[in-house]
Order: sequence, then structure tokens, then C-alpha cells
Amino acid sequence: MSKQPLLEIERLRVSFQIEGAYYAAVDDVSLVIEENEVVALVGESGCGKSALALSIMGLHPPEKTKVEGRLLFKGTNLLSLSVSELNRIRGKEIGMIFQDPLTALNPLMTVGRQIEESMNYHLRLPAEEKKKRTIRLLERVGIPEPEKVYHRYPHELSGGMRQRVVIAIAIACEPSLLIADEPTTALDVTIQAQIMELLKELQRQMKTSIILITHDLGVVAEMADRVAVMYAGEIVELADVDTIFHRPLHPYTRSLLQSIPSAQVKKDRLHVIQGIVPPLHKLPRRGCRFQPRISWIGAEQHELEPQLREVEPGHWVRCTCYRHFHFPDDQMTREVDYGAS
Amino acid sequence: MLKFILRRILIMIPQLFLLSVLIFLLAKAMPGDALTGQLAANPKMDPQTLEEMREKLGLNDPVHIQYIRWVKNMLQGDLGLSYTHQQPVTDLLAGRVGNTVLLSAAILVLTYLIAIPLGIVSGRWTDTWADKLIVGYSYIGYATPLFIFALIMLFVFGFHLGWFPTGGSVDIQVEEGTLAYYLSKLNHLMLPALSGALINTVGIIQYLRSEIIDTKVKDFVKTARAKGVPERQIYWRHILRNSFLPIAAFLGYEITGLIGGSVFLESIYSYPGLGQLFLQSIMQRDYSVVTALVMISGVATLVGTLLSDIILSAVDPRIRIE
Ligand SMILES: Nc1ncnc2c1ncn2[C@@H]1O[C@H](COP(=O)(O)OP(=O)(O)OP(=O)(O)O)[C@@H](O)[C@H]1O
Ligand SMILES: [Mg+2]
Repeated sequence: MSKQPLLEIERLRVSFQIEGAYYAAVDDVSLVIEENEVVALVGESGCGKSALALSIMGLHPPEKTKVEGRLLFKGTNLLSLSVSELNRIRGKEIGMIFQDPLTALNPLMTVGRQIEESMNYHLRLPAEEKKKRTIRLLERVGIPEPEKVYHRYPHELSGGMRQRVVIAIAIACEPSLLIADEPTTALDVTIQAQIMELLKELQRQMKTSIILITHDLGVVAEMADRVAVMYAGEIVELADVDTIFHRPLHPYTRSLLQSIPSAQVKKDRLHVIQGIVPPLHKLPRRGCRFQPRISWIGAEQHELEPQLREVEPGHWVRCTCYRHFHFPDDQMTREVDYGAS
Repeated sequence: MLKFILRRILIMIPQLFLLSVLIFLLAKAMPGDALTGQLAANPKMDPQTLEEMREKLGLNDPVHIQYIRWVKNMLQGDLGLSYTHQQPVTDLLAGRVGNTVLLSAAILVLTYLIAIPLGIVSGRWTDTWADKLIVGYSYIGYATPLFIFALIMLFVFGFHLGWFPTGGSVDIQVEEGTLAYYLSKLNHLMLPALSGALINTVGIIQYLRSEIIDTKVKDFVKTARAKGVPERQIYWRHILRNSFLPIAAFLGYEITGLIGGSVFLESIYSYPGLGQLFLQSIMQRDYSVVTALVMISGVATLVGTLLSDIILSAVDPRIRIE
């Protein structure tokens, strides 16, 4: 018998109410996160990455959102828990790092109090112990002069420092799962690298599993063990990081990879994926959802009801269209070696 | 903080100067002068004597000399003479200012006592029947002018049901300082204070409601939930504290509104305060009283604004000033 995975996402569907009807932003997603594993979740804006992350934390407002399926965390279905039961897991077992450090902190509370707040509910510690631990945490996330910063308010810190505080909050109780939703998007490029470095280091020390949501494929290559590529609410390809980068199959994955400038292979033209992710209520609900954006591939190449299939051990792809996919001639990326030409 | 307050008070000096010049010029521009009223009270006065009195009072001096004298007197607490009451304006005001302060304070306290729970219920449980009732009340409150509402309250609870006295600030029979005296004062205060508060409060209810609705979807609330903070604490520590900020800052500005409100309320309830005096003095052209009252309300408004700024900087760390 194999070890129980940390988190099993089973047939998760997250639907939002728009003008009276529910539309799924996450549609039948299944994904397993093992212990001490970093899984990257990539995909364009609007494909449902945040919706997925928030549903694990139970942060969707219940009135306007429907979350279906199962989220088995260490064997417990998070979706069947009451808010107060969930509160024993949030912050303690699962920590979340938000995208925008400028808005993620309460402007009226000192940094120290905000970090201690999560310990208040999960660890019974005497006050001075708590403070010591908080200052150690601040030190650990690379904040200089932690004793001083402890008494600071968020507005007195820079964006990068605030994001370090957000990370300190997330790891305050040493959770076994961290969810990082684009943790560096709101930061300067140089700071981005520092924050990713910090996350990597923390992961190594704490052996925490991480669900890392990002647009930055460079970060994925550096940090992730496995990658789930999402398109329009569905996982279209799932594999370990090497496979994704060296043997991508799904047209969407290949398009994403073609659209990033890469240091090794200089391209004279980058591939631009045609069109945009359609808004929720206009998503195609039948057939291959990516079909409209690769219109030069014949309709007969797509499955009618595309399934995620394991094409080699641990490598999953949705729809058969990948077998016939090629970039359109007019957009074909001619790879030019600048050194030779 | 102290430096900030001192600086703000310094800024108030030119504001006060401008205000006083404006009021002085307006008073001058009005037909007649301090003696016209006396003349009206005593039409048989000899023009010769009148001219002598003008000379004696300095009313024939150049305008700036008059202004300086006016300010100097004012600073020494001499606000002139009220001809209708035949007593110094300062004494006249001193007898009434307590009532107005009491009424305003009562309105202010009631306003917030009503607004805070209703605003919280409405903002937290949006779109429930309770919320709809509260929103309905606040629309009605917005649409109803204060003086009409006060008249209705007076008619219903004062005359028709007879629950409350319909005028004055205290029974004349009761002896000052006794318990009965204070109870009577409270009894006289209830109706005008409630009328003022019930109308006054709707603005704050609406403001608080929309603040809470805005705040509860903020990112830092998500962060707090992600920490596993219980729902009660989410509201108290995170949502409500942040929503109260602008409400607290209103406190000072409310003073301006109270001044305007007291004119109607005191007149309708024959409540002997500054507002009632103001309206009476305008009708009787008692200029020295009117200018004094305008000056006082101007000062009160400036102080209220200062108060708001101080409150805001005290409760919001982002506006803390060295
Ligand atoms: N509360 C909501 N109500 C209605 N629609 C929503 C809501 N939240 C998200 N959506 C929609 O669901 C879809 C997925 O949104 P989501 O925020 O998960 O995207 P994302 O992949 O995180 O994108 P990004 O990279 O921009 O963060 C989008 O079409 C979005 O407009
Ligand atoms: Mg997102």
C-alpha cells in the first residue's frame, strides 16, 4: 500500500453565479499533491487557477459560489467541514500566500500582531514565547531588524518586505501545504527573484508541499517537481517538470512554451497564441475547449468529449488533437541561431 | 502629534481672521446699525441724542478702527449689547449655551448609538430582511426634512400622546440641583434629541453599511480567514475596525450639522438654546446677537474639523503625523 497523499483533489468544480446562472470556472479537476512536492499550476489569466486555490482554503463566499467534488486533505474532505472545523486546518495545516502584498495585510495592525494572530488560534503559547517565535520568523523570511519591524505597520514597509511578512504569516504554524497564488506578480523583477529564492529555501528546510501558481515558466523550471497546465477551467496536461519542458504534447502547453523568450534558444519571433481565454459564460462546454484558438487544426482531430489520458507513466494529456498539432505556417517560429547567421 | 495639533491651531488663526472680517463686513452691510434697533424700541428718541450716541459708540469712526475695536472687545469677552433683551450678549449666550451643548451632545450620542448597531447589521447581513428594513428607514430619513419630522414628533408624542413636554428645557417648579430637576431636564431633552438623532443617523448608517460591504471583500480579510481566525474575530478585529475609521472621523464634522439642526429643533420645541435665540434675533434684527452667534458657529465648525483630523490621525496609523 502506498502512502496516503497530502491532498487529493477529486473532480473539483467551482462555479460562480453570474446573472442567475452558475458557470464553472474550475471544471472537473483532479490532481494529487504528494508530501514534500512542489506542483506548479500554470495557464493564462482567467483559466481558473485562483478559483482552484481559494476553494482549497474555503475562501469563496458561499452565497455566490458552488464548490463540488472532494478535497481530501490527509484523508479529510475539506468540503464537508464546517467553517469552525476548517479554521482548525487553515493557517495551521495549510498556509496561503497571496498575490498582492499591498492589500493582503490589515493596515491597522502591526506586523507582529498579524503574524501572531494565526498562532493565537493554533498554538497555545505564552506571550513572550509567541513574540520570540514571531521575531525568529521575521528573521527567517529575510527581514532585517526584526525586533523593529515587529512593531511596524504594513504601510511603513516596502512591497518586497510586505510580501516577506505575508510569507511569514503563511508559515507561522509550519503548515504541511502552502498555496502560493502568484506570489511575485506584484513585485519588481529583482525582488521577484529574491522572493522565489526565499520560497525555495523555505521549502527545502520545512519539506512543505507547495501549490505554486505562476505565469513565470522560468520559476516553474526552477522550483516545480510537477506541472499542471490549466486551460479554461480544465487541466489539459499534467507531467513532471522535465517532461513538460522537453516533451510537451498538448497544443496549449506547446503554445505557452513557444511564447516565452528563452535564453538558450534565441528565436527571431515569439509565438503568439491567438485570441483570449473566453469569459466564463462564453466558455465552450463541449468538445475541446482550445479548439477555437487553433482553428487551423481540423475539427475531426479533436475528441468529442476530451478526456485526460495517461500517455506515458505520469504524463497526462487531454484530447487527441495533440497528435496532429503544428504551429500555423504564417506563425511558424523559425528558429535562428544568431551566432551562425 | 502635539506638534501637529499646534500647527493646525496656527492654521486656524488666518481662517478665524478671514471669518471675522467677513462677518464684520456683512454686519456693516446690513441696513441700520446697533442703534437702529434702539430707535425701533424707542421711536421718540431725539435725532440729536442719537447722533451723540453714535459718536460716543464710535460708529462714525473709519471701518478698520471699528473692526479692530470689535475684535478687541470680542477677545475680552465683550460681544456687545442685545437691545431686545437689554443685556450684554455674553450674559445672554452664557444662559443658553449649556442647553445647546447638552442637546447637541445628546443628539450625537444617540446618533451613534443608533447608527452603529444598525449599520453593522445592515452591512454584515446584506440583502436580508433586516437589511432591507434598515435601508428603507434610511431612505425615508434622507427624504424627510428635519423640521417636518420634528413637528410630527412634537405633535404625536408631545400633544397627542402627551408623553413628553412640548417646550422649555426644564420644569420651572422644580428646584435646581435636585434629582427631580435633572430628571425633568432629561424629560425635556428626549423629544428634540430623538428627533434630531433619528434623522441625523441615517447618513452614518448608510456610510457604515457601505464601508462594511467594501471592507469585507478586501484581501486582508481573506488573509485573516486563511489564518483560521474565527468569523467573530474576522468581523471585530478586521472588518469593523477598518470600517469605523471614516465614521470616527465624521464625529468632528457632525458638529457643523448639529449647529444647523439646533436652529430648527430648538425653535420647534421652544427649547431655550442658541439656535432658538439665533432665529429670534434674526427676526428682531438684533445684530449684535446674530453676529456673535455666527462667529461662534464658525469657530465651532473649525474646531470640529480639527477634531476630525485629530481623531483620524489617532485611529489610523497611516495618517500618524510626527
Ligand atoms: N467571484 C467571481 N464571480 C464571478 N466570476 C469569477 C469570480 N472569480 C473569478 N471569476 C471568473 O472565473 C474565471 C477564473 O478566474 P480566476 O481568478 O481563477 O483566474 P486565474 O487563472 O487566477 O487568472 P489570473 O492569472 O488572472 O489570476 C475568470 O473568467 C473570472 O472572470
Ligand atoms: Mg489568479
